[in-house]
Amino acid sequence: MKITLFIPCFVERVAPKTGIAMAEVLERLGHEVEYPEKQTCCGQPAFNSGYWKEARSTAEHFLDVFNPAEIIVAPSGSCTAMVKSGFGELFKGTDRETEAAELGGRTHEFSDFLVNILKTVDLGARFPGRVTFHDGCHSLREIGVKTPPRDLLSWVKELELVEMEGADRCCGFGGTFSVKHPDISTAMGKAKCANIAATKADFVVSNDPSCLIQVRSVIERNGLAIKALHLAEVLASR
Amino acid sequence: MTRNAVEFRKSSEKSSLDGKQQGLLAKAVGIYLGKRDSGRKRFRDWEGARRQAEAIKTEALENLDMYLSRFIEKVKERGGTVFCAEDESSARDYIANLAVERGVKSVVKSKSMTTEEIHLNGALENKGIKVLETDLGEFIVQLLGQTPYHIVFPAVHLSKGEVSDLFHEKLGSEKTDDIEGLTMIAREHLRKEYCKADMGISGANFAVAETGMISITENEGNARLTMGLPKIHVAVVGIEKILPRMADLALFLQVLPTMGTGHWMSCYNTLVGGPRAKDEIDGPEEFHVVLLDNGRSKLLADKESREALRCIRCGGCLNVCPVYQTVGGHSYGTVYPGPIGAVLTPLLRGLKQWGHLSYASSLCEACTEICPVRIGLHKRLLSNRRNYADKYGPLAEKLGFKVFAFVSRRPLLWRMAGALASAGQFLYPLVGWFPGNPVKGWTKGRTLPHITWKSFRNMWADRGGKSI
Amino acid sequence: MKDGVESLLSRIKTALGNDPRREPAERNYRDLMPPAGGSGEDRIELFAKNVTALSGAFMSFGSLDEAVERLKKMAIDMKWKKVACHGQGNAFKAAQSLGLEVLNTDGGYAKLDLENCDAGITECDALVAQTGSVLVTARNAGGRGLSVLPPHHVVLAESSQLVSDLSEAFEVLENKYGSNYSSSMSFITGPSRTADIEQQLVLGAHGPKKLTILMF
Repeated sequence: MKITLFIPCFVERVAPKTGIAMAEVLERLGHEVEYPEKQTCCGQPAFNSGYWKEARSTAEHFLDVFNPAEIIVAPSGSCTAMVKSGFGELFKGTDRETEAAELGGRTHEFSDFLVNILKTVDLGARFPGRVTFHDGCHSLREIGVKTPPRDLLSWVKELELVEMEGADRCCGFGGTFSVKHPDISTAMGKAKCANIAATKADFVVSNDPSCLIQVRSVIERNGLAIKALHLAEVLASR
Repeated sequence: MTRNAVEFRKSSEKSSLDGKQQGLLAKAVGIYLGKRDSGRKRFRDWEGARRQAEAIKTEALENLDMYLSRFIEKVKERGGTVFCAEDESSARDYIANLAVERGVKSVVKSKSMTTEEIHLNGALENKGIKVLETDLGEFIVQLLGQTPYHIVFPAVHLSKGEVSDLFHEKLGSEKTDDIEGLTMIAREHLRKEYCKADMGISGANFAVAETGMISITENEGNARLTMGLPKIHVAVVGIEKILPRMADLALFLQVLPTMGTGHWMSCYNTLVGGPRAKDEIDGPEEFHVVLLDNGRSKLLADKESREALRCIRCGGCLNVCPVYQTVGGHSYGTVYPGPIGAVLTPLLRGLKQWGHLSYASSLCEACTEICPVRIGLHKRLLSNRRNYADKYGPLAEKLGFKVFAFVSRRPLLWRMAGALASAGQFLYPLVGWFPGNPVKGWTKGRTLPHITWKSFRNMWADRGGKSI
Repeated sequence: MKDGVESLLSRIKTALGNDPRREPAERNYRDLMPPAGGSGEDRIELFAKNVTALSGAFMSFGSLDEAVERLKKMAIDMKWKKVACHGQGNAFKAAQSLGLEVLNTDGGYAKLDLENCDAGITECDALVAQTGSVLVTARNAGGRGLSVLPPHHVVLAESSQLVSDLSEAFEVLENKYGSNYSSSMSFITGPSRTADIEQQLVLGAHGPKKLTILMF
């Protein structure tokens, strides 16, 4: 298959290794992977803040860039959800409504793509360590991804997977919420880290880079002995 | 920022650090979640039941004039009196005047969020009438001089020690940390009051159009006593509480508690339709229904947002909201806290004054997921934000997003901006103190993420990946 | 004083506009609800399970006499001195046979008198297996106060009154009363309870602390 990479802005400039890892996994499965250089952003920050005209402007550029792609895969549930359902709100009643809907149908979150489209769970990965998984809210509730990441992790050699309490509770990032309401956001992040720490896991893994930014920031500030990693990085490990 | 927004910020900042309250809330939520999950499993098809509840409430709202008309007619047929209050002050005035006219000296109340909404207690007390909340949680917060913390669990933020101290101070009872003992103290105290009160005031969970009966759901029995013993019963009912048919209650009386408290059925579900009938032994001689509009008919006109009127006030969304669990019910500064409060308050009380509540959410969608009548709560938060930003968005923010949109359409500019941010981040400590720095709050409790110099694009090129 | 009805209805009509009105939704939720207790023994078992789970007591007898014998034993065990009842039927006869002071709510009663009874004995309109509920009406259970003021509520129900689910209970009400419903009707599901202090369950918050259902 020819797979087009959707690299969200947080991955582009904060965690580029996540994107590389995802591409590696897909290439190892024998697929051709390409990266459209002109991509910038899906428009989620503007959309969530209520600036829909501006969000639509950004989203139009996204449509232009990704239109030719057959399959689009992103290492992010929230960005995928933006394309799959946020675009529906933005383009409702416009002449790009159908185009946006069709593009949404061709866009997939990484773990969802592996398990439900490629029907693959064993990637031959090896990652020694005790790992707990955090569900990104949009992956979970917008796209309905709960078991695929866990299925994938269960096949990783030497990896011990433990469930934390409240794995599906929000980490507190919420995009602009994290800077508009930093106290609430931080408190939620701390509660999440407390749940992670209670599992005695060495690693917390998620399929959403923004959640990882939040969790990592709390971990670092509080000197906790946990590392935060993206699912793709674990799956690319040999 | 409006005054409400400033107060919310101060209040939520303080609550975010209040570990004790969060602990009590977390304990309550933990218990609730277990019950809720097993409650849902009891249904042969929970999602189907939700869809039915959504469909019936939608039918009720979209034919509200017809169903309200029928309800009013039936109430009158059975000897009840109906008053339609356009706003909170006319509702208050009606009830206060009625009480004065009838020489009412004391009132007992069962839990009613609508009576909070119209600020009734103060109005009655100003006329020299004693008002006693009888729901245990409400009784406690009334003694404390606080407003309810939660739609269904008004005193969830208090420990048994605090309740014991409160009862000792206000009722003269012995201090105790036996929760059953504390409950019995309240029971004994309130018993006499029911028998003495001249008027009982309740809300209603549902108003059945077919029969002109209101339905009240409770666990303690205080509502039955409030509605059964005094000579006058006044019910304050939001106009959106209408259900078309009696038999619809078979669905709603089971769906409501499953999400609200985790019980499969609340202890008492009472249907009241009028003062005592001629052949009945006891019951009030007068029955008044105050139908409350207070912004609801205006919201009904908003096709996009009117689904928020389906709310049956189960409290489920509060129970699952991580923001609510962090800041608690009082921070919102509104009658209705939590997700439904963040959605409804701007719509009913004004976007300018209350729109900030819709921004106090990480949009995790747990509320939408749980809502038994399938209100798209997070979508309503987003549309509130859109409408707010349009009219009241701060200039700097508006400009900021215009620049964002401009740059995001120009890949070269976008890349340059990324490179600038990466190069400039080392300067952050020097400029971070800048007032109005949007990222300043982040660093109070978290480290800043590092913006890499080498972007994904660079790494991809290095590795010889195919770019298009 | 103006009652505001006209202007409310007018505001709503305006809000709803001229769009075609939604047709009544199909009601097909009955099979989606929790299990409804088929028939016969299954139904009784489900009812018993639900009542017990909520700390109520349920006992089944072959005849009213047997039920009353049990009630006599209860009165002795719990040291009752005074009980309340209503009407001239089963509840009254059962109360009479206890040999205690009896308050019959027919014709009126003093609230504090009723408060001081150890138990209130009523009949009912239905028992609901699906939820473990008792359906009482003011008309058929001695008024509004009898089943909620005394600390122990005893229900005498005939086995034919046990219905499968709430929908059926509403059918019973409609068939029995038509449009002339009693002014107050309650589904009672377990003894009174609260968890308002630290989420700890306490029985007998305001309503009865004990609920006993005797079916024959």
